[in-house]
Amino acid sequence: MKTIEEIKQAIETKFGVQISIENNSLLIPKEKWPEIASFLKTDPEYSFDYLSSVTGTDYKDYLEVVYHLYSMGRECGPLVIKIRTDRNAAQIPSVVSIWRSAEFQEREAYDLLGIHFEGHPDLRRIFMWEGFVGHPLRKDYVTEDQDRKI
Amino acid sequence: MLNPNQNNINPQLKANLEKRGVFLTSVDFLYNWGRKYSIWPLTAGLACCAIEMIAAAAARYDIDRFGAGLFRPSPRQADLLIISGTVTKKMAPQVVRLYNQMPEPKYCIAMGACAISGGPFRDGYNVVRGIDRYIPVDVHIPGCPPRPEALLEALIKLQEKIESQEVEKTEWYQKGFKREFPVPEYGPNGLIPPYNPEVFKIKENVPV
Amino acid sequence: MNCPYLQNMDQQSTLDTQRLEVSLGPQHPSTHGVFQMDVVLDGEQVIRLKPVMGYLHRNHEKLMENMSWLACMPYTDRLDYFCALANNFSYALAVEKLAGIEVPERAQYLRVIMAELTRLINHIVLVGFLLNDLGAFFTPVLYAFREREKLLDLFEDVTGSRMMCNYFRFGGVKRDVPPDFILRVREIVNQFPKFLDELEELLTHNEILLSRCQNVGILPKALAVNAGITGPVLRASGIPYDIRKIDKYSIYGRFKFRVPVGEAGDVYDRYYVRILEMRESLQILEQAINEIPDGEVISKAGAQAAKMPRTLKVPKGDAYGRTEAPKGELGFYLVSDGSGKPYRYHVRAPSFINLTVLEDMCIGQKVADVIIILGSIDIVLGEVDR
Repeated sequence: MKTIEEIKQAIETKFGVQISIENNSLLIPKEKWPEIASFLKTDPEYSFDYLSSVTGTDYKDYLEVVYHLYSMGRECGPLVIKIRTDRNAAQIPSVVSIWRSAEFQEREAYDLLGIHFEGHPDLRRIFMWEGFVGHPLRKDYVTEDQDRKI
Repeated sequence: MLNPNQNNINPQLKANLEKRGVFLTSVDFLYNWGRKYSIWPLTAGLACCAIEMIAAAAARYDIDRFGAGLFRPSPRQADLLIISGTVTKKMAPQVVRLYNQMPEPKYCIAMGACAISGGPFRDGYNVVRGIDRYIPVDVHIPGCPPRPEALLEALIKLQEKIESQEVEKTEWYQKGFKREFPVPEYGPNGLIPPYNPEVFKIKENVPV
Repeated sequence: MNCPYLQNMDQQSTLDTQRLEVSLGPQHPSTHGVFQMDVVLDGEQVIRLKPVMGYLHRNHEKLMENMSWLACMPYTDRLDYFCALANNFSYALAVEKLAGIEVPERAQYLRVIMAELTRLINHIVLVGFLLNDLGAFFTPVLYAFREREKLLDLFEDVTGSRMMCNYFRFGGVKRDVPPDFILRVREIVNQFPKFLDELEELLTHNEILLSRCQNVGILPKALAVNAGITGPVLRASGIPYDIRKIDKYSIYGRFKFRVPVGEAGDVYDRYYVRILEMRESLQILEQAINEIPDGEVISKAGAQAAKMPRTLKVPKGDAYGRTEAPKGELGFYLVSDGSGKPYRYHVRAPSFINLTVLEDMCIGQKVADVIIILGSIDIVLGEVDR
């Protein structure tokens, strides 16, 4: 497997974007993400054909989506990719058309963290019901008090 | 009333009759005896406890010994609802609806810590803190999950309860009796209402 | 809608079949819990299927943010409640990766033994329920639970609990096993193949099983990889991807075992791959009990953390630990902010992601086959909804 530095170099030269490495993961700007994703998947040198996990984290100042990529054919990984987005208007391009495994996981991140994945074919709440207000995994979510007086 | 010997029947006379093949008992006793050994539970597994419920129905614990082995998939045919696991806010309306669909007389066992109070998940935003907020529960079984023996013990307790009921006085044999529990609705943060005040009381000034 | 059947139907509009919308679940005897499928049927054929989840969404991820690292361990038991120990394993690995805690030899072996016993339980119960879904009502489950009880007895003696074992600690396991443990595992290793032979004699070449399961719910290779399917479902489609082999986590690198793969990727292959996997698990178990050394079962740092959970300092950062749980890749993504609690705790649940392809597998099949296709994916709602 190529080192994370080499992957960073390759992406930077190909797409002309600034990427930083943070704790063994690539911090990618969200605008170019679909192109980079399909490059990582289809390029035979990388062929990250298996997207294991998609999830988000609320860091209070911003939201971060984390992707863990593996290659089943070349048996290597993980390549960790992080994308940051604004907390109030959280929008990130969807990668469902590239990796189907993102379908439910992006819906989960939308439901619980309120990250809108643009281009997702069916972006609805997955765990909570329609009509539920708020995104529970955000740090400022307040749980309903069931024991209050009616 | 459950014991026919308490019915002011002369024991001498009774013994004599029994020798000739005539058995005396009260309607209550006979009726409840039949009811308590043919409880049909509903096949409704909610979470982890459902596995122990299946284990109780399987060969080693064999709930059929107590007459409750015939799990029915339809609530219309069931007498007993075993709440086996965490009731989430998303699932609670369905559970109440299931209980409403069961014919009288019906009973409910809350199996496990989650069904009693929310258990380890009590603080969750999607967890109902015990199913007795919405429907009356006859027997509570503690444990996470309770062992199959505990479920059997609960069944015996339920049989005792059935035994103690009098046919004439029980409410579901009264004319025009209809019992429906209001099904909670999904609200913006949780269920509306958060509990059914007719079956569940919250004491004032007591931290819950 | 890219369903060839539907396009034909539009052309031959003289044929009058009514569309039928059926909501299977959440209370349905064959949905393995509180799972709902909204199915659109044309006659008996499925033309659309949407899974609806969340009826057992117990907020693991939110609750864990207020727990100490160790206090999350018993909650992992309740994710996939058939395989409590496999979940413990995965979580312990993730935290050990983050905190850099070493695990002594004996504990490594005990972990592997426990995980493989759990795999036996999971697969045997799955086969029982699959047959249940096929219509062999409850008898196969009785046999499966008979075997399961034998293994649960072992768990109870070691951990104190039948199902929710909570046995793993960071840097080892809670306590050493009773002296007769190895002997009893050996007994299981000797006895279990006989049970499997009996089961296979009844099932593997059974006419009904073959005609119900073969060529039903086919999952093509390319789709399986793209949709992130893992575990026996992926291997049944012909891809030998087993994290025990790839990552060689814990001490799996030392054991000789094969990775069974299917060819067609249908329900039958998924059934048979699991039978073969049980045989391989028994191989691992046999090697493990022959090689297990004496010694400590928990490292010093781990013992300290087990005694006083709040003193466990996990350095700032994030880690992703994954293992081959019986249902597929179970991953834990943990973020630490340096305090005594996880800042973020995410579970990558195998059965949740394996459900992605449920619709693809079911379209064009009969409604009765939907039940066995769902059964062959092997979901547990505790893990799907979390």
